[in-house]
Amino acid sequence: MAVIIKSPTSPPSQAAPRTARRRQHGAAALFMLPFFLLFLAVTIAPIVYAGWMSLFREETSGLGFGGTERVFTGVENFTRALTDDLFLASFGHIALYCALYIPIMIGTSLGLALLVDSALARAKRFFQIAFYMPHAVPGLVASVVWIFLYTPGLSPVHDLIEGLGASWNFFGEDEAIWSIINISAWQWIGYNMIIFYAGLQAIPGETIEAARVDGAGALRTALQIKVPMIRSTVVLTLLFTIVGAIQLFDAPQLLVKYANSLGAEWSPTMFIYATAFQRHDYGVAAASSLLLALVAGLLSFGVTKLGNRWKES
Amino acid sequence: MSTQTAPAPAESAAPPVARKPAGAARPARAPRQWTSKAVVNGLLVVFAAYTLMPLTWLVIASTKNHRDLFRTNPFELGDFNLFSNLQQLFTHDDGIYTRWLANSVLYSVIGSLLCTLISVACGYALDKYRFPGKEKLFGFVLVGVLVPSTVTAMPLYLLASKVGVVNTYWAVLIPSLASPFGVYLARVFSEGYVPNEVLEAARMDGAGELKIFTKVALPMLAPGFMTIFLFTFTSSWNNFYSALMMLNDEELYPVNLGIFAWQTSVMQQPELYQLMIVGSLVAVIPLILAFLGLQRFWRSGLTAGAVK
Repeated sequence: MAVIIKSPTSPPSQAAPRTARRRQHGAAALFMLPFFLLFLAVTIAPIVYAGWMSLFREETSGLGFGGTERVFTGVENFTRALTDDLFLASFGHIALYCALYIPIMIGTSLGLALLVDSALARAKRFFQIAFYMPHAVPGLVASVVWIFLYTPGLSPVHDLIEGLGASWNFFGEDEAIWSIINISAWQWIGYNMIIFYAGLQAIPGETIEAARVDGAGALRTALQIKVPMIRSTVVLTLLFTIVGAIQLFDAPQLLVKYANSLGAEWSPTMFIYATAFQRHDYGVAAASSLLLALVAGLLSFGVTKLGNRWKES
Repeated sequence: MSTQTAPAPAESAAPPVARKPAGAARPARAPRQWTSKAVVNGLLVVFAAYTLMPLTWLVIASTKNHRDLFRTNPFELGDFNLFSNLQQLFTHDDGIYTRWLANSVLYSVIGSLLCTLISVACGYALDKYRFPGKEKLFGFVLVGVLVPSTVTAMPLYLLASKVGVVNTYWAVLIPSLASPFGVYLARVFSEGYVPNEVLEAARMDGAGELKIFTKVALPMLAPGFMTIFLFTFTSSWNNFYSALMMLNDEELYPVNLGIFAWQTSVMQQPELYQLMIVGSLVAVIPLILAFLGLQRFWRSGLTAGAVK
């Protein structure tokens, strides 16, 4: 206690800095321990376990009376997943879903954010609340409600479409993907619009004023000044949207009962669920989980890289 | 923009004749501004109609009995049966819905409170203390934000079944306690709300680290605590996938899973239609109220998450 060690980081007035620092290290460890223990148990351990499991196959020994036996199979589960048409097709579905959904969702949220941000908009607060409201609805309930709205006889949407002299089968083979896209868009457009709007609000007034003085109209200011200034936010949203899209489960899982053509393995997550809980093929389910994580990682990496390049240019 | 100044001179300059649509000389500014205003607000109204339509339908459908639901126009009111529907909802199958609601509250309220406390403690430590490897540890948390929870759900189920906690409250509660995003937000809030000088002063006064956290830092972090709580609350109230895997016993279901179970058998038991509709409404109301009442907390969380 009596020995005072000069340390460049602690102020000289503090007595016995070493003891104090040690006490602080102890406190830091204590505060962080619960989170990291749980994180280890519910995130890291399952990933490691999935890795372990993906290397084995459960085999029924003898006539099926002796229970199951674990057989080491190396990468067989991965090759089985990668050659499984349903698994590959599920990624195709998500790719198509992303290609249709992302431009619509990001475009609309950005457009709405610019509209609310423009000086012409009235009742800005009301619109923000109205747009954000769907996000307060749990995903499963949103899917249940929309499925009601897709059901002929119950739905005002059908009445509207018929009123226009058209017809649309929301559960049809080609139409079902749009029904899923609509549920996602309904939930996420307002949420992302609020994020973009917050970004737009942070643009300094002088920048906008300078553009106006230079003779740029409202539309040009929006597209050439405002949007580029919030592009890092847009990239981040893109990242979260893609990571969310490849996990898609609730909406298609509920919709598949009405739109049979989707199939129980429509999305990768549905494939994993069906493989594990209907076919009890845990090895392949574990291998596909890891492949899905890998794809998610690669996509996040790609989007971030792309975003950085865009930022530099 | 010059909304206040521009219309005035333009209006006085434009002669009344020019207001006629047939007039060849169109007034320069005012009508165009008026049209764009109409277009902008018109688009916003159309989109608001889209976002609010399903909820409006849900409210109206909740007031109808089974016959009116299929026979009357969707936006037309039938006989007012909301209360008898609610009564049916809460008494069906010995009040199983009440049980689900209570479970959801347990999973979401208790779970999120614990999760928030754990996240805030960790984020605070990652912000305020200096120790080797701190940034690496924080990088680890950030990677955790991006790990899809659906990827870990299946192996987590198998681990849980090894430990023997599958089909218990713990199976849903424990996984919801670790939120990397919560830790990230907590660190951001701790940087913003808790000045280092205050902590130094408390140390000078001889306060212990735990006491400094609970008595000094935590009250300052209250708005951040609320934001993180709302985020974790929504995500656990929304949680469906992992509950679907972990639980078999109907008595343990959260509301989500219960409504899903009804949806599975609605084809055979059409009377469940009404229960699903009213049940969905009851499940949505707490979140909408929480959202409307606590707007500024949502907003600050959204922006903190967006501006990395």
